[in-house]
Amino acid sequence: MKETRAESNRWIRIARCHDIPLREGRAVKVGNREIAIFNLGSRFLAVDNRCPHKGGPLADGIISGAAVVCPLHAWKISLETGEGLNSPSTSSCVETFRTRVEHGVIFLESGDNCRKEQEGEMEALPVVCVETGGIAAATESRPAT
Amino acid sequence: MKKLVVVGNGMAGVACVEQILRHSPKFEITIFGDETHVNYNRILLSSVLAGEKASDDIVLNGLDWYQQNGIDLRLGVRIVGVDSQARTVTGDDGSVTSFDKLLLATGSVPLIPSIEEVKKEGVFVFRNLDDTRTLLERCRPGIKAVVIGGGLLGLEAARGLQVQGCEVTVVHLMETLMERQLDPTGGGYLAAKMNQMGITVLLGLSTTAILGNGKVEGVQFKGGGSIPADLVVIAAGIRPNVGLGHEAGLEVKRGIVVNDYMETSHPDIFAVGECVQHNGICYGLVAPLIEQGKVLAATITGNKGPKYQGSVQAAKLKIMGVDVFSAGEIGDKLDGSEVIRYEDPSLGIYRKLTLKGGKLAGVILVGDTADSHRYMDWLRTQKDLVPLRRQLLFPAPTEDVGIDIAQMADSETVCGCMGVTKGTIIQAIHEKGVNTLAQLKECTRASTGCGSCGGLCQSLLKAVVPEFEEEVKRTICKCIPVAEDQLREILRSQQLKSVQEVLEIYGNGIGCEICKPALSYMLDMLWCGDHEEERSARFINDRVHANIQKDGTFSVVPRIRGGVTSPDELRRIADVADKYRVPMVKITGSQRIDLLGVKKSDLPKLWADLGMPSGQAYTKGVRMVKTCVGTDFCRFGVQDSTSAGIEMERRFENLFTPHKVKMGAVGCPRNCAEATVKDIGLIGQEGSWQVVVGGAAGKKVRKADLLITVESTEEALTAAALFFQYYRESANYLERTYDFVERVGIEKVRKETVYAPDTAKQGLLERLRKSKERSSDAWLERDAPRNPTQFVQIKPLEEIFA
Repeated sequence: MKETRAESNRWIRIARCHDIPLREGRAVKVGNREIAIFNLGSRFLAVDNRCPHKGGPLADGIISGAAVVCPLHAWKISLETGEGLNSPSTSSCVETFRTRVEHGVIFLESGDNCRKEQEGEMEALPVVCVETGGIAAATESRPAT
Repeated sequence: MKKLVVVGNGMAGVACVEQILRHSPKFEITIFGDETHVNYNRILLSSVLAGEKASDDIVLNGLDWYQQNGIDLRLGVRIVGVDSQARTVTGDDGSVTSFDKLLLATGSVPLIPSIEEVKKEGVFVFRNLDDTRTLLERCRPGIKAVVIGGGLLGLEAARGLQVQGCEVTVVHLMETLMERQLDPTGGGYLAAKMNQMGITVLLGLSTTAILGNGKVEGVQFKGGGSIPADLVVIAAGIRPNVGLGHEAGLEVKRGIVVNDYMETSHPDIFAVGECVQHNGICYGLVAPLIEQGKVLAATITGNKGPKYQGSVQAAKLKIMGVDVFSAGEIGDKLDGSEVIRYEDPSLGIYRKLTLKGGKLAGVILVGDTADSHRYMDWLRTQKDLVPLRRQLLFPAPTEDVGIDIAQMADSETVCGCMGVTKGTIIQAIHEKGVNTLAQLKECTRASTGCGSCGGLCQSLLKAVVPEFEEEVKRTICKCIPVAEDQLREILRSQQLKSVQEVLEIYGNGIGCEICKPALSYMLDMLWCGDHEEERSARFINDRVHANIQKDGTFSVVPRIRGGVTSPDELRRIADVADKYRVPMVKITGSQRIDLLGVKKSDLPKLWADLGMPSGQAYTKGVRMVKTCVGTDFCRFGVQDSTSAGIEMERRFENLFTPHKVKMGAVGCPRNCAEATVKDIGLIGQEGSWQVVVGGAAGKKVRKADLLITVESTEEALTAAALFFQYYRESANYLERTYDFVERVGIEKVRKETVYAPDTAKQGLLERLRKSKERSSDAWLERDAPRNPTQFVQIKPLEEIFA
């Protein structure tokens, strides 16, 4: 198991799987920003907790497949790409974060470099998930960029 | 008049008689049926088993039809003998009836595979209405049912039993479900869908014995394995019922042999339906039987001419949410045919076309059968598909929604079951003045088979009859393409209690912000709160019981019934506003106090400090009753509207509704609390109350309609309760009472509430009582949160040093 990233302090232990009910989201304060983490049953996806439209709390939205619908004005945001799905404008994009699950704990990739790395190589990180109720399989979920 | 005797009162025989009646000369007709029912739609038996239809709903020809046409109907009489020399038939009641012409429409009988001990108690077949009723009596929630046979009938029976609560396993001899209609891939998609619905599918298993001592306890397979069973249904296929054909000395192979004119080897004996064999083929589906009936009717009445030239075999699985269509060849032969496929595993959609020489030879559709009529037409007409090669699987998008209809040829079949073409329908519309779907059904029989062409018939009516009013079938959203009222019935009859389950079976498995809250409401209403609510399907307001504001904070409105508060409550509200630094305290238009700008994490503590129940100002539910000062202080009040309003609020509070419900109660016609523009209003007058409903003073302004005038306060509250529950049960989600009342019409509302039969009224009140009993103040979740992070913001497990 490659632990290099976690040890180099860019993978943060962010929450326990059971903190986030199935098909719901929760906001987590990481440093000075809020990140919304969603439990999609087979994986956890994370995005910046601010809707690109009017800053609505995405973590409070209803999940629709791999997207969330902002509770304020029903903007639909892809949790995989961060794109606004009902607005073609490129500015309507939220930042996405990679997550992985290990022993019932969700890790979040953080730091200034994380965006750059997403665009670079994407090595597979084997993960093991236990005691997580709604989590079907060991998963790593990464946003497509 | 010559005598025509018809043996068999099923779909084929009676459909043929219907055709015969259109010709002359006329016959004196006697129909024998061994069942004790009038002609019903056998295709829909699975819907009866699934509780989607009652047995009365599937009647095709009522007793009045037989009477009007002078037909002597002999029900419950099985014909056991035919004397083709003496021209008589003998019934099992000893009766002997003579005929000039005899029509055999004896259908088929279930094929019972050779299984040991197959006659054990608890083993059934599924072929007719009595079988269906027996199954309905025997199946109970929790019992284990095994269906032997994974064809159309077996799968439909399995779903029906499952809906009735049985744990169902389908055992199929072959490796592919519906292998006569599907290729292995299509069968795989179907098996996945069945599994998803909770039906276990076992393939490639040969059943050798029924186990159990006297009563069925299990089934055993070749190789020794076995599974437990409390009930076994055998649906292993059918066999033409040809006994009388032999008896009459006709040529019989697998079925009674007929030629293109539907004549048997005897000049005065005819046969139609599943019991015949034409050109080597015995048909087991309804459309060919109808085609045969038309030809036979011409022949038997001396108008010989039309020929039956065989039918394209098409089959449609009738399980709600499992769409399967197959016609023609299934295309796994290496004979130079081309195969075109499309697959979408996550949506469960599979399409496969088999082409031969540029023409369609077969089609398989799983998961989406909306285009089946187009393919059926291509098959029947052998249309040249070369110019359409790029649009074979998906038609080019059309801008004009009516173009689909306009593009259909007159000869194209609309109703595959009854063989009704577009031309026939247009003719009926013009010549017989048809302008409703019901009339169209009556007149042409279109859409009386499996019913799947109903939408197409409606579109045709809409295109041709300018005054046609479409039956408005509102769906919630595109995730779940079932009309809302139908969906309510399905959820009720199929005992579905989870939003996700409903989406998986009837929708796209995903859902969205529109359908999830709507389904949540529907389930809450149907099961009176007696189910596990999925909070993830609720809007944030209903997850944290407060109204989200533009900055992500929440507003808090405690319940102040009737707008009557006390110094104590006001003091607590003021203290809470100070303690939590509430940025704005606002008196609302509804006589309530709104604390705006509260952080989610403060909600539970704030509610505890307030010590008041939730005012439900955040939800589609009972908001409030606005009252005037009534009789206590007012110089003009003639009814105690304050107490009546408080009582009404108490009776309905904490319940969910299709949209918000705002009420009012006033003590005199001066209407100070504006009851005439409320969803429900009580208007006091000297010696009586007017109960008004459907008022609005929001996006639109509407004066409420008078529901009823009653003498006592209790009667007024009961009338309000009847309307309240009726609205809860019948309105579409997000439909305010003022739209609902306008759509349904106040006359109908009165008829179904205050003027309804006592049993209906008691039903409404009883369901309201049950819901109320299970409801509670949502703010009590401050002490017992749904989950540990319902209100709390999660802190990272490790410190971040940014």
